Amino acid sequence: MTTDSPTTDGSRPAPRRRFSFALGSRELKGLFWQVLVVGIAVAIIAFLWSNTVTNLSARRITTGFAFLGREAGMPIADSLLSYSPQNTYLWAFVVGVTNTLRVAVIGIVLATILGTIVGISRLSANWLLSRIAAVYVEVLRDIPLLLQLLFWYVLMQALPAARAAWRPIEGVFLSNRGLILPSIPVGEGQLWVLGTAAVGCVAFYLVRRYLIAQQMRDGRPRPAWPYGVGFIVLLPGLVSWALGVSWSVAWPELRGFNFVGGMTLAPEYFALLIALVTYTSAFIAEIVRSGIQAVPRGQWDAANALGLKRSFMLRQIILPQALRVIVPPMTSQYLNLTKNSSLAVAIGYQDVVSIANTTLNQTGQAIEAIALIMAVFLTISLGISFFMNWYNARIALVER
Amino acid sequence: MAAITDEPRAARRPQAGNPAIRWVRANLFSSIPNGIITVVLGAVLVKALVSFVQWGIANAVWLVPGNDSSACRAVRGVGACWAVIPEKYRFILFGTYPFDEQWRPALAVLLFIALYYISTRRSWWRRELIYLWIAALAAISVLMWGGVFGLSFVSQDRWGGLPVTLILATFGLAFGFPLGILVALGRRSKLPAIRSLSVLYVELIRGVPLVSLLFMASVMFPLFMPGGFNIDKLLRAQIAIILFAGAYLAEVIRGGLQAVPRGQYEAGDALGLSYWRKHRLIILPQAIRHVIPPLVNTFIAFFKDTSLVLIIGIFDLLTTAKTAIIDPGWQQFSVEVYIFVAMIYFAFCFAMSRYSRSLEAQTTGR
Repeated sequence: MTTDSPTTDGSRPAPRRRFSFALGSRELKGLFWQVLVVGIAVAIIAFLWSNTVTNLSARRITTGFAFLGREAGMPIADSLLSYSPQNTYLWAFVVGVTNTLRVAVIGIVLATILGTIVGISRLSANWLLSRIAAVYVEVLRDIPLLLQLLFWYVLMQALPAARAAWRPIEGVFLSNRGLILPSIPVGEGQLWVLGTAAVGCVAFYLVRRYLIAQQMRDGRPRPAWPYGVGFIVLLPGLVSWALGVSWSVAWPELRGFNFVGGMTLAPEYFALLIALVTYTSAFIAEIVRSGIQAVPRGQWDAANALGLKRSFMLRQIILPQALRVIVPPMTSQYLNLTKNSSLAVAIGYQDVVSIANTTLNQTGQAIEAIALIMAVFLTISLGISFFMNWYNARIALVER
Repeated sequence: MAAITDEPRAARRPQAGNPAIRWVRANLFSSIPNGIITVVLGAVLVKALVSFVQWGIANAVWLVPGNDSSACRAVRGVGACWAVIPEKYRFILFGTYPFDEQWRPALAVLLFIALYYISTRRSWWRRELIYLWIAALAAISVLMWGGVFGLSFVSQDRWGGLPVTLILATFGLAFGFPLGILVALGRRSKLPAIRSLSVLYVELIRGVPLVSLLFMASVMFPLFMPGGFNIDKLLRAQIAIILFAGAYLAEVIRGGLQAVPRGQYEAGDALGLSYWRKHRLIILPQAIRHVIPPLVNTFIAFFKDTSLVLIIGIFDLLTTAKTAIIDPGWQQFSVEVYIFVAMIYFAFCFAMSRYSRSLEAQTTGR
């Protein structure tokens, strides 16, 4: 290691750092520890691996994902995509993933809204409101989610039968069959209109960005909302009128023993959604509260001194600063909610974990099933983290 | 949105009149929207309270003779059936543990609580506390298993209820904590192999739901083990929970390590301390002190998460509660049982969260 090679131009070679193998040298110690730890890890994995291979062959289970092409044979009660037990395991998994996403995405949106309301309520000048919000947060945070989930599920089952369903508002039924809401059937024509609205949103976003850039140049504010109305409301309305799309509402009604029309949120789905939303909203409320409290008092005073309107002050001064504190912990709450949706298995809502578990019991393909669960959740988690990190970078304080 | 506190305005006005009225004006009716909120919320609150009192107290059935739930079924829908609790509490708290021996798990629970209480006192944060923990956990094992000192042997599959919840949580932390420290150190290590192994471990465990880890423990452990070697279901779940706790605690402790100033490490190096001595004597005590409040919060989350073992059929507190009401006569009164169990969980978690808050107040010096 330390042999000095003679240089061709006769100059003295650069002094080399000595790599010594003397006992107790830093390098040797580092090497020793790494070899030791990696060695132990490899040994454990090799041990488990060889056991698994032996056990699998003893039970005549072949490894690999070939089973995904076989007929699943399991019923799935509640799904967005069409599914029948004759479909393959692969399709059952896809249905499971959509069921997980259906809970996670809607849950995240609702929990954010509810959590923000509760968090702001905790800071309210109204004593009663802030006390109620505090009790809400404290109670929901200190009871296991699974217990709350079972509780909601029991309450759902205790609801009256379809014939005696509660009707809180016209067209909405709450019974032990779940929550039945009026819906708007979406066909080809409706899809065109929705597509136009989506394009309108993008156009509005670009125009708004341009207007803000203009304002940055000369300081004159330019209202963006007329463009919003134009692109998002008038344009799709025009398309709807031109194509003659009808927006009839399908009102649910009770016929015989069940409901016809409208859309149904199954009791399992509804209970899971309520439990996840209320539980997560308690944590989000605390994040929102601490975020708002992290904005220095001086900012409120300054905004007050300028005589700004309350809503303007919150929107333009307080919330943007609070968001910087709020967004990173919010990301982990979103991840938690998504992972917690796997508790669905306890009440028989078939999310991806529940379907993987059934697959595992039916086929014995434990390793593959667990690997699929891990792959699905790692993908969803990475997706959420990626989006939130992008958003966080956008709103982060730019320091010079 | 308009309801956020700024300076309490009433405080700046000259103080006059009845203090109670002043308080009500300042805190409930400071403006017209505030007054409306107060009235609406007050009405809803009173209505909720009245119906709860009617259901939970006035119309409730507290005790029934024998195992007869007919009195409860008579008030179903209008009154609570608290009679299910005295009827079932032994099963909810201790599961199928032999009836005559149930003083043993009860004593174990008390030992656990005493252990927690002592561990929260700052004056007790000494080396002796570690020995105390070892002694107490050993005593609890003896109580639960028996087989020595004239106690009859009770096998693990008869354990259940609150002691199982406390065992899963406490042993999970007792082993997960050192594991978390090692992984946190590994993640900050300069040695690339150790660092990447630690990162892999933390990210893999944190990336998946605990439910799937528990499935893995209950289904895949038998595959992993050599033929004929079988570990108990409770132990399998315990291992999964330790691995889970280790990953989460590692991230909290890593945060604490990052908060220790560089100079402290340099001071340790200047004294010629070895890596382990430097961390044990200088770095870790400071790092852990930095993160005590988030650590307690992790403990709370973790305590609640032990209830997930219900999914793989281990008889913890929540599972015994769910099982207690399978009994056809009492099936309809699960809400009451869930409320009872929720109160037990709440008592533990609320105590921890209060404690975390008081620590926070001490450490930030507010």
